[in-house]
Amino acid sequence: MATRRQFIRISAIGAGAVMAGAAGFRLLGSELTEGQKATLAALTGRTPTYCEVCFWKCAGWVWKDDGGNIKKITGNNEDQHSSGRFCPRGTGGPGMYYDEDRLKVPLIRTDERGKQVFREASWGEALDHVAGKMKEIIEKNGPESLALFYHGSGGKYFTDLFKALGAGNYAQPSFAQCRGPRDVAFAATFGENPGSPENTDIRDTRCLVLIGSHIGENMHNGQVQEMSDAIDKGATIITVDPRFSTAAGKSKYWLPIKPATDLALLLAWIHEIIYNEYYDKKYVEKYCYGFEELKEHVRNFTPEWAYGITTINPTLIRDTAREMADASPAVIVHPGRHVTWYGDDTQRIRAVAILNALLGSWGRRGGFYKQEGKTIPVYPHPEYPAPEKTWREWYPGKYNLADLGVANVLIDASIPTPEKEAMIKGWLVSGTNLPLTVPDTEHTLEAIQSLDLIVAVDTMPMEITGWADVVLPECTYLERYDSLRDSPHRKPAIALRMPAVEPKYESKPAYWIARELANRMGKGEYFPFEKLEDLLDWQLKQMGSSLEEMKKAGVKTWEREADDLFFGEGEDISFWTNTGKIELYSTAMENEGFGPLPVYTPHPEPPEGFYRLIYGRAPMHTFSRTSNNANLFDLMDENSLWVNPRVAKEWGLASGQYIHLKNQDGVKTDFPIKLRITERIRWDSVYMVHGFGHADKKLTRTYGRGANDTKLITNVMMDPVMGGTGMRGNFVTIITDLGKEEVAS
Amino acid sequence: MRYAMAVDTKKCVGCSDCVVACQTENDVPIGYCRDWVVETMDGTYPQLEVELRSERCNHCANSPCVRCCPTGASHFAEGGIVLVTHNKCIGCGACIASCPYDARYPHPKGYVDKCTFCNHRLKEGMKPACVAVCPTKCMYFGDLDDPNSDVSVILKKRKSKTLIPEAGTRPQLYFLI
Amino acid sequence: MNEELIISGRENLMVDPQLHIWHWPIPLYLFLGGLAAGVLFFAALFYLLGKENEYRAAVRRVPFVAPIALIIGLAALFYDLNHKAFFWRLYTTVRLESPMSWGAWTLAVITAVSVIWCALHIREFFPRWDWKYQWLKDLETFFNKYKKVLAWVMLIYAIVTGVYTGILLSAFNARPLWNTSVLGPLFLASGLSAGAAAIVLASKDRKERLAFSKIDLIILGVELFLIVHMFMGFLASTQVQIDAAQLFLGGQYTMVFWIFVVIIGIILPGILDLMELRGQHIPAVIPGVLVIFGSLMFRFVFVFAGQVSRWLY
Repeated sequence: MATRRQFIRISAIGAGAVMAGAAGFRLLGSELTEGQKATLAALTGRTPTYCEVCFWKCAGWVWKDDGGNIKKITGNNEDQHSSGRFCPRGTGGPGMYYDEDRLKVPLIRTDERGKQVFREASWGEALDHVAGKMKEIIEKNGPESLALFYHGSGGKYFTDLFKALGAGNYAQPSFAQCRGPRDVAFAATFGENPGSPENTDIRDTRCLVLIGSHIGENMHNGQVQEMSDAIDKGATIITVDPRFSTAAGKSKYWLPIKPATDLALLLAWIHEIIYNEYYDKKYVEKYCYGFEELKEHVRNFTPEWAYGITTINPTLIRDTAREMADASPAVIVHPGRHVTWYGDDTQRIRAVAILNALLGSWGRRGGFYKQEGKTIPVYPHPEYPAPEKTWREWYPGKYNLADLGVANVLIDASIPTPEKEAMIKGWLVSGTNLPLTVPDTEHTLEAIQSLDLIVAVDTMPMEITGWADVVLPECTYLERYDSLRDSPHRKPAIALRMPAVEPKYESKPAYWIARELANRMGKGEYFPFEKLEDLLDWQLKQMGSSLEEMKKAGVKTWEREADDLFFGEGEDISFWTNTGKIELYSTAMENEGFGPLPVYTPHPEPPEGFYRLIYGRAPMHTFSRTSNNANLFDLMDENSLWVNPRVAKEWGLASGQYIHLKNQDGVKTDFPIKLRITERIRWDSVYMVHGFGHADKKLTRTYGRGANDTKLITNVMMDPVMGGTGMRGNFVTIITDLGKEEVAS
Repeated sequence: MRYAMAVDTKKCVGCSDCVVACQTENDVPIGYCRDWVVETMDGTYPQLEVELRSERCNHCANSPCVRCCPTGASHFAEGGIVLVTHNKCIGCGACIASCPYDARYPHPKGYVDKCTFCNHRLKEGMKPACVAVCPTKCMYFGDLDDPNSDVSVILKKRKSKTLIPEAGTRPQLYFLI
Repeated sequence: MNEELIISGRENLMVDPQLHIWHWPIPLYLFLGGLAAGVLFFAALFYLLGKENEYRAAVRRVPFVAPIALIIGLAALFYDLNHKAFFWRLYTTVRLESPMSWGAWTLAVITAVSVIWCALHIREFFPRWDWKYQWLKDLETFFNKYKKVLAWVMLIYAIVTGVYTGILLSAFNARPLWNTSVLGPLFLASGLSAGAAAIVLASKDRKERLAFSKIDLIILGVELFLIVHMFMGFLASTQVQIDAAQLFLGGQYTMVFWIFVVIIGIILPGILDLMELRGQHIPAVIPGVLVIFGSLMFRFVFVFAGQVSRWLY
């Protein structure tokens, strides 16, 4: 069946893989010496995996010691995501495996929801219970009455289960609570979203513009590595941030913008680039639609106009516009990642997309490359029944541009209103800690209390597992097989995850859990393979490889098939938009009744005595997930609040002091937060790293450490375009009297 | 042969990967670290400057810790690396007090521990764990006596500094500035 | 504004947030070692000056304090070790550059010498002492024959013991508070004054008490001079030493140093000694106890404050 051409290609790839493997060893420093071989052999074999600590899914190797215990994790040199170097969270992966606070056995609630009184159960009992209740709910209210919230590798199996049930209500909070607006904005402009990992060609860029992205503190491994390469090559970095971020520290220009005014700056840049004719004329003429409308639209958005709004000097706006233009087309105005800020986020990222288009960076070297992925063959299964109703029915006509599930709508649809009954009666939550993920925690808890069933699948006891009726302990990524990683990149590639060790305690892989549930619900035909590795082997053999080969290589990369990495000179291209062109003027937005061109709207500012709450990431943690990991807790055991010295003087505060925060709705932090008095933050804002302030006592290390910013995010600014929940419109005041600590469960 | 390390402060983002990689490579007990990351900040908003650097034992050429050790447990190994022989160390703590960089710590097992420049990896031609893992590739390591080694080449190209040279210890950890 | 922070969560036990690797056993030993050194110094000195009958307490009786002090001190040092099973490694090598190595060997010698000296004078307390075994009796005869040599050895090693503890600390240039060459002589003076005070306390002979009060007074004067000299040195030195001096000039150790060490430990007993010499009758026990207390506090304050003084962060 393999044609001669395929045979040659396969052999070449095979030989290449072997050479790449050997080259990988060589990259360790020198030719493999006897001593090196002995050292490598002494570690009882290394097994390939791809990391699950964040979404980047870097491929790497897990090393064990003589006793077969996991010792360390390093990167796979062949992997495009990590180039052989893992980030601190990936390197700290063993901490996830060894955490004594891990969920160990299935738990079933025996008291009121949230009281966290559980009894241990066998898997058989727990799964029977869950499947039984799920069937009951479906029978009474239809498949749309079940909702799945997921994040991470386990999500695939549960979505397959839902699809098999004809249930269409599943969502990842990472859409509407994080990257959704930019996915929709880029799709509206370029016809496709930036992807995950993003298609930014940072390593060859000559100018990297970060507006609301803090690379270096957000540890997007490949991007941090490429930013370092760009610095080596002398690239300019322009950072727009109210805070002096790590990236700002490496930037040629730092624009200390007043929070919530980014759109004004972007419009002024667009104005400069158009009216000074800095834009890529050939590119715009050939590929873009709506230039004249855009030009007219930004006529009055001058740097002087922007200065009044953003407090950024007009000269700086002009200089940075010039800098970007000089670098064009090797310039990236980064799309950002967590962009749900003020509710007009899709429009703001539209401005980012427009700027990129004008500079001609989309599809060009040093700008955005064309990603290509490998299609993993799907094992034949019966067709999925089409869902009759989904969350889209809850707010009819709304959020049509959202191409993925909107988690907050699922939450809304779980609460009965005076007008209608709740659509959703049961939740399955896999790998996402909803109370620390979705803003307006009270609302989420209200939804939970309205449910007939809530099941949580997780590796660690988190706030969400405390609220569950049934807790199903999942084993960590180090203890299981998972689907092949097929994230698109510069070259199509796959990565294998295989277990390094047996699952600890009674924990089980999500695939097994989903299959067991499917079997109990009469959908076993959708999960024909009892062992996931058999499915993987089948898939790999279809692709010209095998499980054996992947176990030794970890990663397999192919040459591009579809097209080139970048647009060819003068190449005719059709974009997946209504007009077939890059839409500077968005017809898709217009059709939905939204502004086809972004407009600046002012947002509420903090009242007297209050400060805007800004939050961000630290490179040693992934949100609230890793705060209890011993290795990573060692690096950062609590967050601290950045406060400007002027503010500190006003309140009489000192660095290292602990304080409470109270927001505009009177909501107070459960635990006090340590102060860092620093000039790196503006006087109208305070900043903390997200993911601390855990209130679950089962997290023995991190319980009570630091403050939980999600709790303080009660004012949600909805994005009307795709339902994103803007979180930066909350203001806090300082409470120096620590008093008695209140603990929410 | 003189081993040395260079850290590029212009590229270091303070992610602390070097700290956790060292921990898993060298079985450093939880709660201790052989290397750490320092941030220095200067200025007034918005005229600000930040420097980030990964620090560890400097394997000083004029090392006070080797000098003050009463049993010879702290000694110079090949390439000028300062090592501690565990079964000669009595745990008196003099070396810990004598280090102006606070690079040493008392290991729970009783002896004094610190960065070893991953001596066990050097022997096999590999770089120290921190250098090998750094995502920004801002760390360089090699033999200063070899003009073609990574560290020699980069030190010739870039301005660099050491920490508190006036303490007279002749540290072998350079920071590119 | 200027910040310098460790952002990777370094919390090494006994090193962070501030060095505290040496606790009470070290200053206790330093005091006991200094006291023993002082006591043995005077014993040897006045023996060699032929005053063994005039100053019976100094030469014959007070030295009994020394082996007790030294053994307790050594026990404290041993207790402080983190890797106790290997303590014998100290005696497998002589490291000339390490004051701690000299200390280990010196201590071995001085302890042995002090035991021998006390053995020779055991009949001060037990007039009918009988060594029982012939080899012990032979040893007694032998040492009595070479008592002068023994005294010289004791004199020299007493000085070394007194001074090396100061040199040991001053060799740590990482701790700017200790890094002054005045510390050696200062520790020696402090030890000698403690020794003299012990003799004053123990002696029943008024002439002896007066003599040693005078000696003590002189040594206290020297100590005071050295302390002033030391601070002048710090304040005229580099920034780290100026910062170190600030610990005692407004910083956290100011009160405890000037009140306990200087006023109570040096100035007050000095004044009392002066009054005694002028004819006022002062109960000898008061200045004696004050001096010993001051000597002990001096070592505690210096060892703890020294660990606070630093170059970085």
